[in-house]
Amino acid sequence: MNVEDKQKSDTIISTKDLNVWYDDFQALIDVSMEIPEKSITALIGPSGCGKSTFLRTLNRMNDLIDCAKTTGSVFYRGQDIFDPSMEVSELRRHIGMVFQKPNPFPMSVYDNVAYGPRTHGTKSRAKLDDIVERSLRGAAIWDEVRDKLRQNALGLSGGQQQRLCIARALAVQPDVLLMDEPTSALDPISTTKIEELILQLKENYTIIIVTHNMQQALRISDGTAFFLLGDLIEYGSTDIIFSTPSDKRTEDYITGRFG
Amino acid sequence: MQQGENDMKKNQLPVRRRAYIGTMKTTMWISALITCALIIGIIVYVFAKGIPFISWDLLSTSPTYIPPHIGILPDIMNTIYIVIASLVVMVPLGAGAAVYLEEYATNQKVVAVIEYAAETLSGIPSIIYGLVGMLFFCEFAGLKTSILAGALTLVIMNLPSIMRTTQESLKTVPQSYREGAFALGAGKWRVIRTVVLPGCVDGIITGCVLATGRILGESAALLFTAGFAHALNPFFEGLMSPGATLTVALYVYAKEQGEFGAAFAIAAILMVLTLGINSLAMWLESHFKKMREQGYPQEKSKE
Amino acid sequence: MIGEREITVTAQESARRKRIERIIHGIFLMLGLITVGCVLLITIYLVISGIPAMRTIGLKEFLFGQKWASTAAEPKYGILPFILTSIYGTAGAIVLGVPIGFFAAVYIAKIAKGRIRWLLQSAVGMLAGVPSVVYGLVGMMVLVPGIRKLFKVPDGASLLASIIVLAVMILPSIIKVSVTALEAVPQEYEEASLAMGATPIETYFRVSVPAAKSGIAAAVVLGVGRAIGEAMAVMMVAGNAPNMPSLFESVRFLTTAVASEMSYSSGLQRQALFSIALVLYFFIMLINAALNFFLKRGNVKQS
Ligand SMILES: Nc1ncnc2c1ncn2[C@@H]1O[C@H](COP(=O)(O)OP(=O)(O)OP(=O)(O)O)[C@@H](O)[C@H]1O
Ligand SMILES: [Mg+2]
Repeated sequence: MNVEDKQKSDTIISTKDLNVWYDDFQALIDVSMEIPEKSITALIGPSGCGKSTFLRTLNRMNDLIDCAKTTGSVFYRGQDIFDPSMEVSELRRHIGMVFQKPNPFPMSVYDNVAYGPRTHGTKSRAKLDDIVERSLRGAAIWDEVRDKLRQNALGLSGGQQQRLCIARALAVQPDVLLMDEPTSALDPISTTKIEELILQLKENYTIIIVTHNMQQALRISDGTAFFLLGDLIEYGSTDIIFSTPSDKRTEDYITGRFG
Repeated sequence: MQQGENDMKKNQLPVRRRAYIGTMKTTMWISALITCALIIGIIVYVFAKGIPFISWDLLSTSPTYIPPHIGILPDIMNTIYIVIASLVVMVPLGAGAAVYLEEYATNQKVVAVIEYAAETLSGIPSIIYGLVGMLFFCEFAGLKTSILAGALTLVIMNLPSIMRTTQESLKTVPQSYREGAFALGAGKWRVIRTVVLPGCVDGIITGCVLATGRILGESAALLFTAGFAHALNPFFEGLMSPGATLTVALYVYAKEQGEFGAAFAIAAILMVLTLGINSLAMWLESHFKKMREQGYPQEKSKE
Repeated sequence: MIGEREITVTAQESARRKRIERIIHGIFLMLGLITVGCVLLITIYLVISGIPAMRTIGLKEFLFGQKWASTAAEPKYGILPFILTSIYGTAGAIVLGVPIGFFAAVYIAKIAKGRIRWLLQSAVGMLAGVPSVVYGLVGMMVLVPGIRKLFKVPDGASLLASIIVLAVMILPSIIKVSVTALEAVPQEYEEASLAMGATPIETYFRVSVPAAKSGIAAAVVLGVGRAIGEAMAVMMVAGNAPNMPSLFESVRFLTTAVASEMSYSSGLQRQALFSIALVLYFFIMLINAALNFFLKRGNVKQS
């Protein structure tokens, strides 16, 4: 897929002149970006360049940081997510998140996955059973945990825990999945499994993933955005960014000359 | 999965969820309010009832039967005696135990046993301390009912706490200080005396302040060990004779003699003392923490 | 080694130093073992002095006898009323105190910020510092007449009054331990829940609280220990008649049974009081074991 195709397909999230400060430190500078639906977008850049900040702004998780201040706008399906009438809880249900460190709750596998639906009001046992199974299948972990649904999730391996977290995120039927270095805490085999899973998920979900692994970005993403010191330096089709970047700094970063 | 235009607008949370959140919020508010109201109510009530009865005469005289007169000077002195006696015995024992645990003990099982014993001690009710103190110190050791017997009972009660504060502060003495001293060829005891103990003075002080607060408030352990006499004695004589502390005097005046004015006056004094001591302990803890952070900069950055 | 020269020069001196080090090590070991010694001392004294009366009276008669009349012409030594009163009183205090403490703890640990948080924490610290006799005095002067008027009973000194006083007294320990447990819940759990669209309040009660459940359980157990061991405050509001427990009846707890007769007891009556203390001690040991269990589990969880 090339960048022209991308732009033709529907934009699901777009940001306009997005700025984020932590107290006096500006972590994002005038970022404007359009993210197409049902695609995988990779965010790359050296440590501290604002990738996580950008990601966390998209589902307003950055609201939780007291010293963070945001200006500019983010639209999700045309709605301004900073609109005072926006219900954050609903927004986050539509835009799910998977974290760097697998963070299952200290509860059973089942309760982990059922947590979201229960929160949003699903009480029926049969419905929950169904959602749990579908989500676990969706995260390609069902076969490994089908006999362990009642066991504590902290007993799973790191890779399994991360896929469980993905299943947990899927259980509320999100539209977009934000993933912040989801494989950086995992071994190569688990990483491969999660990458395959992400590629499958593209069928139904829009995925935005932060990664430090250039190969990973190249393997799975359709579009790539390169950040540097809070600036969005370059954004386009992954093939083009990795073969013929238009900015010198992108090229330097990709070829490992810094970062 | 396509969502309608106004799907995520406010008040879209289902009624059930909103009700849950509201209930939880209200319950938390009420609980927090009750907690505050209780302490404020107690303080205001005790002061309102007690302060009118506090006079120089009350504070500076001994009680007499003929003419009927109440003075709490002996109780004040007894309280001071018992605090001093307890601290003097408690500090070397508690700090020594802490030094053993942190500096000498190598066998983890021994450490576990000692720590378990300390935890057990801190869970034993004071009435049981009073009983065993009476059997051991007053009867077996022949101290009779006396301030000293009471003080020794309180020492056992408060050992775990001073051990803990000293241990915590020993843990913060940087290992490099010890290594530095050892590298100069100093023996273990010398290292402890010159480097480790000076570093844990803050823990010992905090422990003493906490213990003082606890001793001021203690009554059940003293009833049968220190007794409830109101005689005014000089320090060493006082140690060997029975005497009521302020708390015990409060109990006796309120429960046995129906002298509520005096009881409230003592209660007001006790409140001022314990509140003051507790704030002092809190202040000391944060103050020492700050000092330590500034004192060992290179160690802090290492962590 | 820098010691090389010294060692060869004064072998005697070095042997002397080693001996001193060993003696000092021994002294610290003794200090370290003091807590263990105290626990043993208390246990042995209670067992030795508690067993004889149980033998004379008969264990079953003693534990399950419903009548206590130690000073009657034909004395009866049944402590079932005391055991049940202690259990009911503690249970009542838990039922009343735990919900308030729990919700207040969640509020303090998760929601309160800045000055309000400081205020609440000071309130909790102050509640913990109020001496038991002051709680007893306030209970005696406010609660007891209040209950008498409100429920139109002849005497307000009752199980209900004790329960309320105990509930207030265990509140600070419940709050403190729960707050510590809740604060230790890893941030990631809460983030994950928020990211799924749970509101903060839902997150605190459905993720943070379950994650801290061992610590909260420990807080409750600690409260149980405090309540069952409290003597003086209860002594002042319970009425102290050896009745079978009933909410508006004057009652006697295990602790107050010991305290109220000790000063004038002798012979079998005195021995029976020690037996009561032994029963109380047994309960406390059970509670300690439970406490340790929960604390350990709490730690394992968090690591
Ligand atoms: N809570 C915070 N308070 C203050 N500054 C913050 C906070 N979070 C992030 N920052 C700063 O904002 C900048 C961007 O941080 P961010 O976490 O977005 O970077 P990143 O690109 O995700 O880095 P990494 O690759 O290391 O995860 C960094 O300089 C960081 O120090
Ligand atoms: Mg990051």
